[in-house]
Amino acid sequence: MSSAPKLRIDNVSMTFKTPAGAFQALAPVTLAIPQGRFVSLIGPSGCGKSTIFNIVAGLLEPTAGRVLIDGVEATGTIGRVGYMLQKDLLLPWRSVLDNVILGMEIQGVPLRKARDRALPLLQRYGLSGFEHLYPNSLSGGMRQRAALLRTLLFDTDLILLDEPFGALDAQTKLQMQEWLMQLWGDFGKTVVFVTHDIDEAIFLSDEVHVMATRPGRVVETIPVSIERPRRRTSVLTPEFLATKERCLELLTTGAFPGPSSRRHDRREVA
Amino acid sequence: MSVQDTPAVVATDLGLSHPAGADASSGRPVRRLPVQREWPGWAILAAQIGILVGVIGLWETAATRGWIDAFFWSQPSSIFHTLTIFFTAGDAWTDIGFTFRSTIFGFLLGTAAGSLFGLSFWWSRNYAAILHPYIICFESIPKLALAPLVILVFGLGLASKVAIATALTLVVSTLTTYAGVKALDQDGERLFYSLGASRLQVFCKLVVPSCLPWIISVLRVNIGLALTGAIVGEFIASQHGLGRAILYAGQTYDIALVWVAVLALSTLAVIMYATVSWLERVLRKGVRQ
Repeated sequence: MSSAPKLRIDNVSMTFKTPAGAFQALAPVTLAIPQGRFVSLIGPSGCGKSTIFNIVAGLLEPTAGRVLIDGVEATGTIGRVGYMLQKDLLLPWRSVLDNVILGMEIQGVPLRKARDRALPLLQRYGLSGFEHLYPNSLSGGMRQRAALLRTLLFDTDLILLDEPFGALDAQTKLQMQEWLMQLWGDFGKTVVFVTHDIDEAIFLSDEVHVMATRPGRVVETIPVSIERPRRRTSVLTPEFLATKERCLELLTTGAFPGPSSRRHDRREVA
Repeated sequence: MSVQDTPAVVATDLGLSHPAGADASSGRPVRRLPVQREWPGWAILAAQIGILVGVIGLWETAATRGWIDAFFWSQPSSIFHTLTIFFTAGDAWTDIGFTFRSTIFGFLLGTAAGSLFGLSFWWSRNYAAILHPYIICFESIPKLALAPLVILVFGLGLASKVAIATALTLVVSTLTTYAGVKALDQDGERLFYSLGASRLQVFCKLVVPSCLPWIISVLRVNIGLALTGAIVGEFIASQHGLGRAILYAGQTYDIALVWVAVLALSTLAVIMYATVSWLERVLRKGVRQ
């Protein structure tokens, strides 16, 4: 088992049928993500990042290819990975505590036991005093924390985070990145992280996969060897800047694919 | 020096040539924000009671002086007289109880069945698509027009009134709940499925709680509709009920009794409406939305 990567995406491709004809959202993509790594996917809008996530989470059946988790075929099966969508999707009628235990509850863990497990974690990871409040009284950052803890408490080794900090203000975002690093260090999970923010991707990751659009594909994999634990000042090191420059190069050439481009060009890269 | 003089000059100017409150420089009228002074609560209440007493007094006077025909309009004094008879010697409590029961049963049955029916559309999109035109049809039928048929099928008793009240409330609840189902956030379902949920789990833990505010929002509408249904049923054929009392009194030219029954009916309606409003508030707090 130790030889197999945690997650292997094997020639996965996705073609959607639209009224205008077939639309290839994802050209065959192959990725191998080892146990315990923090890996980011960056790319322009419409490059198929979310499609990859949906396929790995089993919410979407790929047109071709396989998904292997721990070397075991997992294509089209749900409940194997923790998946945090862009929105926090906290249920407004449940307290923070009861939102966080949703995954365990669905897996059949008795409520009592699930709450007992979740409570110390909420207290340790910055939600102390918020356990019994309802989501509508929480700030954006706190809601994201709750959503992330819900994902972590789902008890899978692999978690997918789809732009979790995309809607937060710059200050909160930096705090949340450090908070996430702490969590990742404590829990030792394998994380796949999608973001539009190059700095965020490099700061957090062991490896950055740069994607391009039409069709969605991975164009380059850039290892980030900046020493951990990383500090905020790490973003000023020559190593960081060189990595960032390479990412920008790839993204800017990918973002303007020539005169034939039609739709989906609206959003900027970073 | 001239700078120091200026204010005095302007002041004089304002005082003399624009006494009606206009801006000296532009000639624009100067307006203050209109502020409405609110009366204290007792004054409002006094005005409300005053109107009521005034109308009743005017009505009584008009009837005794012969300004209006007391035979058709009746008059407050004889209405009060009939009221005491209705409640002491008449069928008041039987009639009120009958109307109340048909309304409540119809309300509960229609709301519950309609909500379940609306929720059931979540289970299958095909089933929803097939049934949708029929629901719309049933909605557009003036259901009260079917009341004579319902009386024939369900008989003269309580069942036919409950059936009409149910028919009226069922459609509203179904359509509103279905709207709630359609408004569900797809991402919420995706979250549940990513956590490995079964369809039953998604239904119980996501669909039902999400639709509850929609279901609750029609309670007040439904209690009114249920009462309408019950009364119409009693109008057509019944042995009891306030609707039957009104119809009977009208046919026997007992106008005072018509007013008494209408009064009892209105009181019943207000009480039920207030109770349901209270219930709605409590439930809303319970579902936190």
